[in-house]
Amino acid sequence: MSTFLGMPAVAPRGVGQLRGDEPFPAAARTALGNEQLRRNLGHATRTIRAKRAAVVAEVPDWEELRRAGEALKAATMARLPELLVQLEEQVTARGGHVHWARDANEANAIVADLVRRAGADEVVKVKSMATQEIGLNEALEAQGIAAWETDLAELIVQLGHDKPSHILVPAIHRNRTEIRDIFLREMEGAPADLTDEPRQLAMAARAHLRRKFLTARVAVSGANFAVAETGTLAVVESEGNGRMCLTLPQTLITVMGIEKLVPTWTDLEVFLQLLPRSSTGERMNPYTSLWTGVTPGDGPQDFHLVLLDNGRTAVLADEVGRSALHCIRCSACLNVCPVYERTGGHAYGSVYPGPIGAVLSPQLTGVEDNASLPYASSLCGACFDACPVRIDIPSLLVHLRARHVEEHRGPSAEAVSMAAMSWVMARPGRFRGGERLMRLGRLLGRKRDRIGALPPPLSAWTASRDLPRPPAQTFREWWRTRNG
Amino acid sequence: MTVRVALFVTCLADAMFPQVGKATVTLLERLGHEVVFPEAQTCCGQMHVNTGYQRQAVKLVEHHMRTFEPYDAIVAPSGSCVGSVRHQHAAVAERAGKRQLAARAGEVAKRTYELSEFLVDVLGVTDVGARYPHRVTYHPTCHSLRMLRVGDRPLRLLREVEGIDLVELPDAEQCCGFGGTFALKNADTSAAMLADKLRNVLSTDPDVVSAGDSSCLMHIGGGLSRMSVETRPVHLAEILAST
Repeated sequence: MSTFLGMPAVAPRGVGQLRGDEPFPAAARTALGNEQLRRNLGHATRTIRAKRAAVVAEVPDWEELRRAGEALKAATMARLPELLVQLEEQVTARGGHVHWARDANEANAIVADLVRRAGADEVVKVKSMATQEIGLNEALEAQGIAAWETDLAELIVQLGHDKPSHILVPAIHRNRTEIRDIFLREMEGAPADLTDEPRQLAMAARAHLRRKFLTARVAVSGANFAVAETGTLAVVESEGNGRMCLTLPQTLITVMGIEKLVPTWTDLEVFLQLLPRSSTGERMNPYTSLWTGVTPGDGPQDFHLVLLDNGRTAVLADEVGRSALHCIRCSACLNVCPVYERTGGHAYGSVYPGPIGAVLSPQLTGVEDNASLPYASSLCGACFDACPVRIDIPSLLVHLRARHVEEHRGPSAEAVSMAAMSWVMARPGRFRGGERLMRLGRLLGRKRDRIGALPPPLSAWTASRDLPRPPAQTFREWWRTRNG
Repeated sequence: MTVRVALFVTCLADAMFPQVGKATVTLLERLGHEVVFPEAQTCCGQMHVNTGYQRQAVKLVEHHMRTFEPYDAIVAPSGSCVGSVRHQHAAVAERAGKRQLAARAGEVAKRTYELSEFLVDVLGVTDVGARYPHRVTYHPTCHSLRMLRVGDRPLRLLREVEGIDLVELPDAEQCCGFGGTFALKNADTSAAMLADKLRNVLSTDPDVVSAGDSSCLMHIGGGLSRMSVETRPVHLAEILAST
């Protein structure tokens, strides 16, 4: 059952990668201790930030484009059911097959079945977040089907038995020396004299991947966009390896979240301007592949589109939270986020890291399963400024914190202290009393005129920061003496 | 023309940094305006809202409206608290189903200004007649920058201060890592962000690091104090009040 009394279901547990093994603060602590990781991330995010800033600044109507992207996405979400049916009709009319998957388990089973029916025991893959989200590679492997990642960074992650840590640059946490070591250790036929020179690394990967492209009979992809009006699917990429997968094999299976839709062909115009500048910091991405159903004698002759819910309808049901579905996976918010820059993507536990992950993952899984993520932000607002479709991520974080407190939080010391503070602050007399109580803090730190150690939970502050001693006279006391 | 200004001093400045409130009074009076302090004021409720306790914040929003509704111009020496009034109060009321309160909050928000906004946009001054012969670097706090869009108003005010040696802060727009309860809930990440901010501050070799928010300054100042360096945190209002 996908629904209980009409409530849409969240993404199931035990499959895919939307939940971490430990809460964000604990995972972040481990990541912060890895100096190599922090250097790699600091260097990479700084470089991408500068590129993005430069190419965004040269577009005179960037703000209008952002507003257009926001409006198109909001309009799409408002009539998603009709548009999805229209997409299905168009894809089917043009010789494709459409499958509806309620969750990760259904999607994985559909894909495995299609691969077997094509008589294949391996697939080549286009970089795709949706298939990472549902853990497709692991599910296929369990059925004896090998899935080969062909995006260079995904290949590095796969060969390294690692997890992606960034939406666009999944191996951002690796430097080139680490990549050479992974290739030498794991890549079949890697040249023994391989250096860490980028061109050499790319050539080694290229030779490896060509063998896969020329033998694979089935490809699996995601999609950046689907056009309801025409039934067209779109993948944008930088390497051309996606294009190989989308054109060479006989069978193509595309797994796409239901929110990736745009209503009309002309709507692509807005997103194809917003996406490359926001993601790779390029004016235009090198490869844009568009296909509509099946074209006899040209490209895959058997095309299947798997439409994935996996919690998205539950997100859509939240009037405030649903704007997280507007995301076009550019990862601009990751690159500008001071938290992401320091912790990296693994700390978020989900394939969707960074600010957008902190608002999307808890909604897909239900807030209780990712309860620490909405708090993994200082609410600095850099993500909102960078978002090409103007998702107000800070407001969504605050909204999800409230949902967490209201839906799931039992009695806690925090809840008691928040209620007490609210009681004190609601009346000026009580507030003045509270201030007088605070003055007891003057008993602390008298020797150095600062407070250097406090008991938990305030020890979290004093572990790395002092606190000033409370003043002898509050402002309002001064005001009274002055105007008294 | 004399403007009657209601000072929204903020709970943090009231209880912990009274010198910031005093400086705001001194400054506005020196410019020829009347300052009143509505003594019923307590806290805008931002900490409750940002920690997820929106229901508990509703009565604080109600109280804030009762306190400040009679005034035409409300000024706070804090970008963050003005951001809370302008961007959160109406939403908190809406969420609680209190339409009328939301409408009232919208009206009060329109009359509430962060100090540098009030000086530059409403009073139309950048030279406030201050003198401050020290080397200063300025941290433009996140909520001033990205919620209120105060832009370079604080810097325009500081550049006119006599004797000041204003040095540009590298990576100025990066968050200092405070973020309210974020500093406690994600203390390690917060400390890592603070460490980078402190490195940038100290690279300018300043006597003073300034900002328009006591909260961020308390964070940066707490780090400087722990390092036992000479650089002191001083609020923008204190510099502008100095003669």
